[in-house]
Amino acid sequence: MEKRGTSSSTVLNFIAGWAAVILLIFPIIWMFLTSFKTEIDALSPEASLIFQPTLDNYRTVLARSNYLTFALNSVYTSVAATLLALLVGFPAAYSMAFLPTAKTRQTLLWILSTKMMPPVGVLVPIYILYRDMGLIDSHLGLILLFMFANLPIVVWMLYSFFRDIPRDILEAARIDGAGLWEEFRYVLIPLSGPALASTALLSIILCWNEAFWSINLTTTKAATLAAFIATYSAPQGLFWAKLSAAAVLAIAPVLVMGWIGQRHLVRGLTFGAVK
Amino acid sequence: MIAAVGLAALALSPAFAEEITIATVNNQDMVIMQEHSSVWEQKTGNTINWLVLEENVLRQRVTTDISTNGGQFDIITIGSYEAPIWGKNGWLLPVEDLGTQYDYADIFETVRKGLSVDGKIFALPFYAESSMTYYRRDLFEKAGISMPNQPTYSQVAEFAAKIHDPDNKVYGICLRGKPGSGENMVPIMTSVNTHGGKWFDMTWNPQINGEAWHKAVNLYVDLLNKYGPPGVTSNGYNETRALFASGNCGMWIDATVAAGYLFDPAESKVADTVAFTKAPVADVPNGAALQWAWALAIPKSSIKTEVAKSFMAWATSKEYIREVGEKKGWILIPPGTRKSTYDLAEYQKVAPFANFVKDAILSADPTNPSKDPVPYTGITYASIPEYQSIGTEVGQQIAAALTGQQTVAQALAAGQAFTEKTMEQSGYLKK
Repeated sequence: MEKRGTSSSTVLNFIAGWAAVILLIFPIIWMFLTSFKTEIDALSPEASLIFQPTLDNYRTVLARSNYLTFALNSVYTSVAATLLALLVGFPAAYSMAFLPTAKTRQTLLWILSTKMMPPVGVLVPIYILYRDMGLIDSHLGLILLFMFANLPIVVWMLYSFFRDIPRDILEAARIDGAGLWEEFRYVLIPLSGPALASTALLSIILCWNEAFWSINLTTTKAATLAAFIATYSAPQGLFWAKLSAAAVLAIAPVLVMGWIGQRHLVRGLTFGAVK
Repeated sequence: MIAAVGLAALALSPAFAEEITIATVNNQDMVIMQEHSSVWEQKTGNTINWLVLEENVLRQRVTTDISTNGGQFDIITIGSYEAPIWGKNGWLLPVEDLGTQYDYADIFETVRKGLSVDGKIFALPFYAESSMTYYRRDLFEKAGISMPNQPTYSQVAEFAAKIHDPDNKVYGICLRGKPGSGENMVPIMTSVNTHGGKWFDMTWNPQINGEAWHKAVNLYVDLLNKYGPPGVTSNGYNETRALFASGNCGMWIDATVAAGYLFDPAESKVADTVAFTKAPVADVPNGAALQWAWALAIPKSSIKTEVAKSFMAWATSKEYIREVGEKKGWILIPPGTRKSTYDLAEYQKVAPFANFVKDAILSADPTNPSKDPVPYTGITYASIPEYQSIGTEVGQQIAAALTGQQTVAQALAAGQAFTEKTMEQSGYLKK
């Protein structure tokens, strides 16, 4: 009886799991299909899975916009911002995990609270600051903003992982004469490989998909793929199929990256979830 | 003529090649301008960086830059709503010194006035539009009715009832229902105006709870609930146009710019059966049809004003319109800005709606949108900075009435209260 119960619960879990996957992936599949439709088919109120596929949207999008420039800007800004965030976040997470003070918990919550503010609330001050510093439409400007935007997540993810590392290992290294740098280099960084990989991957994905600052702080030189997609959005005119083609081109690299690194990503997201 | 254009371009071009940045909206006419701009680049040796964005995103992006004197753009695309407000704020450079060759007198006066402050023009119109009633000739014939040249709203309701056939997915009338100052408020305001209503009286007191608003909004809600398509609050301009082009609507009151698509067999299933007539009227003719123009302007923060003027003079000229007609097709020329456009035999030949659109644009007067005098300009908007939020809020309240979440009276009372509060906070009204 018990065996039968387990079996039906497995089947239910399996069905629920697939239902959730289909629900989540449906918009991406629909976008992918729409990118091969004509604009009339894409706008037709009677949605259909049967249509004559065309590559025209991809041709138009690639001819109208310099995809490579947008893609390279996305690579530069997301990779550089992630490296910077790791550089700052790693020692911060270390100090809070291994050398906690009475205020560490509040500090961690305060760091996270910066993510709760809607970005539009600080658009004008940041725009004026960037204008005066000559950072509008620059890679450096976006890198700095992406870094600050992702720093809370980087700190929290690394902190959660460090909390799982037994202190004895670090103490043993210290007894063997390791200084802080050696402790980092020979003990903590090798041990944190998976955590660093998943944190970096998540940070790159978040930077890659960031649209608000990319659209509002760039014009043409530093615009990323998020701004590239916005170029094809329109309330008037037939642009849905082209918009879908642009979106497929924009998410393709990060989708592949996510696919390759999914094992690390899932592990990174569940650090500290089970003790 | 080509030689004259070349000379004009050379006269306006600077001694050294420059790079300018243009922010523009993503619609077909602007995309054509972007594609065709290589002609100007070759003529002048200057180059262009383009930032093409969706209307609302562009508005936010450009507003942030211009209000902070960011200096990111040399030319921006703005609408009839922004031009007078931004011109008054001193954010734009006047563009009235392009010389006699530019032929300012050729621009329709109502369009020019809509982009000017105190007689000074701050943006050059790229294309302009009004509104009209599209209808299906075949459905009308089948129902044994004929559309008059000037329908009334009562007749529209009567016709919608006769051609409504939901079993065959043909709905009597389609109108924008998606809430927003630039969405459902467009058909609602033209109806309010012609019912004798207005946004504000001469002392800026909101009039949303007035009798004309009640009549117009009750009619709008009744029409759509009885004869409209399902899920109408999700339908903006795009969705409604797609519905009409797919053969699901008997009538549609909306922008004249849609005519080019609806008459194009490659994009519309009803290209051979679509017909058009004037936008309906009720008690007064004022403000029954919208008027809107997309225009090019130079922000005060630009440091390449001469090159920017050179581009604007070319892109909004008679010669540009002709070049686009010859190279891209006459149906695709930017309409509604110049008298000379309607003298082009090639355009008249392919666009049966050309003169009709011209008359609609000429008869729509944004300075006189209602029965009574008003302190603002604009037919579907009021040219004050606060309008965006007011229009959006009132649009949301009416959408809630359309879905039955509240009554029309409740929606208008809420809209009135919000607008009064906004106008008090902005200093138009004393508390």
